[in-house]
Amino acid sequence: MTPAASPLVQVKDLSVFFDAGRVGFWGRKRLTVHAVEGVSFDVYAGETLGLVGESGSGKSTTGRAVLRRVPATRGSIHFQGRDITHIDREQVRALSKHMQLIFQDPFASLNPRLKIFDIVAEPLFVHGLVKNMRDAAEAVAMLLERVGLPPDAGARYPHAFSGGQRQRVGIARALALKPRFIVADEPVSALDVSIRAQVVNLLQDLQVEFGLTYLFIAHDLAVVRHISHRIAIMYAGKIVELADRDLIYDSPVHPYTKALLSAVPIPDPPVQRARKRIICAGEPPNPMDPPLGCRFQSRCPHVMHRCRWEEPPLTERAPGQRAACWL
Amino acid sequence: MTKTKANDLEQALSRSRYEWVDKLKELGRELRRDTAGFIGVVLITALVLMAVFAPLISPHDPTEQDLTARLVPPVWYEKGSWGHVFGTDHLGRDILSRAIHGSRVSLWVGVSVVSLAGGFGVVMGLLAGYLGGRTDAFIMRWVDTQVAFPGLLLALIILAVIGPSLTTVVLVLSLNGWMVYGRMTRSAVLAIRQSPYVEAAEVVGCRWPRIIFRHILPNLTSSLLTLGILEFARIVLAEAALSFLGLGIQPPATSWGLDVSMGKNYMFMAWWLVTIPGCAIGITVLAINLVASWLRLISDPQEREKQFARHMAGSMRKAMVLKAETERRQP
Repeated sequence: MTPAASPLVQVKDLSVFFDAGRVGFWGRKRLTVHAVEGVSFDVYAGETLGLVGESGSGKSTTGRAVLRRVPATRGSIHFQGRDITHIDREQVRALSKHMQLIFQDPFASLNPRLKIFDIVAEPLFVHGLVKNMRDAAEAVAMLLERVGLPPDAGARYPHAFSGGQRQRVGIARALALKPRFIVADEPVSALDVSIRAQVVNLLQDLQVEFGLTYLFIAHDLAVVRHISHRIAIMYAGKIVELADRDLIYDSPVHPYTKALLSAVPIPDPPVQRARKRIICAGEPPNPMDPPLGCRFQSRCPHVMHRCRWEEPPLTERAPGQRAACWL
Repeated sequence: MTKTKANDLEQALSRSRYEWVDKLKELGRELRRDTAGFIGVVLITALVLMAVFAPLISPHDPTEQDLTARLVPPVWYEKGSWGHVFGTDHLGRDILSRAIHGSRVSLWVGVSVVSLAGGFGVVMGLLAGYLGGRTDAFIMRWVDTQVAFPGLLLALIILAVIGPSLTTVVLVLSLNGWMVYGRMTRSAVLAIRQSPYVEAAEVVGCRWPRIIFRHILPNLTSSLLTLGILEFARIVLAEAALSFLGLGIQPPATSWGLDVSMGKNYMFMAWWLVTIPGCAIGITVLAINLVASWLRLISDPQEREKQFARHMAGSMRKAMVLKAETERRQP
């Protein structure tokens, strides 16, 4: 993968805070959840950037902020060189032709009262891309075929399909507008293990065929390794390490990345037995009151005095590998 | 290649349009299993037919007076006659005919008030729930204010100013009844708008009217249907109450409430004047409630499953008893 000259999506210093109400007798003290803080990354055309982290680390919020589903508190988001951080609602709507979302839960993301045809054809109708049923039927039949469903599936309701098939419908809906950029928010984590590989392979085939760019959010490291070109590891709202796929798996720098990778079992019993699992004791920081210094200090096995006072910047450790750690 | 695929899809779509016939048949089968719901549906169908064909089936003109046959008792009394099955009132009008004609007013008021108040309330609730913010605050404060104002007093004021008629009764009852739909719709919308399929519709680029009416409203139908039917029963009673107070239907028109109110002066010498229309009101409300509870059951998949299991267990038990019986007889 050779990076193109300018990235398709550019996220700079993105922060997303949520208001969580007020506390105190007079309601003076405001509570804010620091969901994402100071996140920067680029996504180049045609690549897949994996976004990995435990639940609550802010990976889904980052994906939603890129799509302008949640407002960015600070920072900027550029799409195809254009600043989309503060565009209005109607422009966001126009942008949906270029950026789409694949959902995590295929059971909740399809309206149970609509037929598959209506679900997949809806983006085409609302953007005025098709005018009559005939054109819509043609487009939908093509899309369904492309994601591996028979054309007459369009006449049925979502409850008639399995999880994997529903996720295919979700993919067809996302593809209907022929977007360039797709945020896949844990698209396979709700599926059976036996189905995951099929859906991941389908996503890869579609990437080649339509020249798609993915922001692939997941917590399953094996799946991320399979599909991603580069991987960003998030912890407590910050990116702790961002590197090419092989670099992250072969020579992780950040202690959190190391701990994460040590949790992935190796399908070879002797090797697996000889391996030492790094266990991080302690709790992740409270997102309403993040600590001074490094976010990982409460669980890091190598924590130093400096980590408690100064926040480590994301620095280049090797060509194509950046990490935020004082070590 | 894709042309034939598109043809396949179109054919499948056109075929699936007739699926509702099968669904209706299945619903009918399920209805027969639920005795209470079945009775309710039969009663309501009978009432509707009675209202529609009132002039054909009523033995007398409901306004026809016969002063020589005043306060004739029902047929099972010594003085009763088959000419007036349920007797006559103080002006010699046939009670049965008046009850049959009165059903027209009750049902018509019920249907029009439920659709008017329901339509308005649901739209308000959808707007408040989905748009949120100021729209929500405005609509909900409006609802609170109106709920705080006594409904009967408002009805009395309006009817006293405009003058009572069928149209004003419908309008007044709608004005009084839309808030409950608004509140319930709003709370349901607040839950549904968080669901991923609504987010999917937003991501795909739907504008809010489409999201509200195509994605949210259809998923509210079952609970709204139940609410509407229960409200229908309340409206029938409210119309009767207004007519009883003399502010609803005016003579010579007939309504059950009006008959009860006119009969109350003769309650101690001719009980049938109030009892027959009163029973009509009672039966209607009962039937509507039976249907509502049945609808609530079948619109909830979990309840539906439970009922199906109950039915299966019952038929299995019956089969076992039958088998035991035959085995006992055989040796």
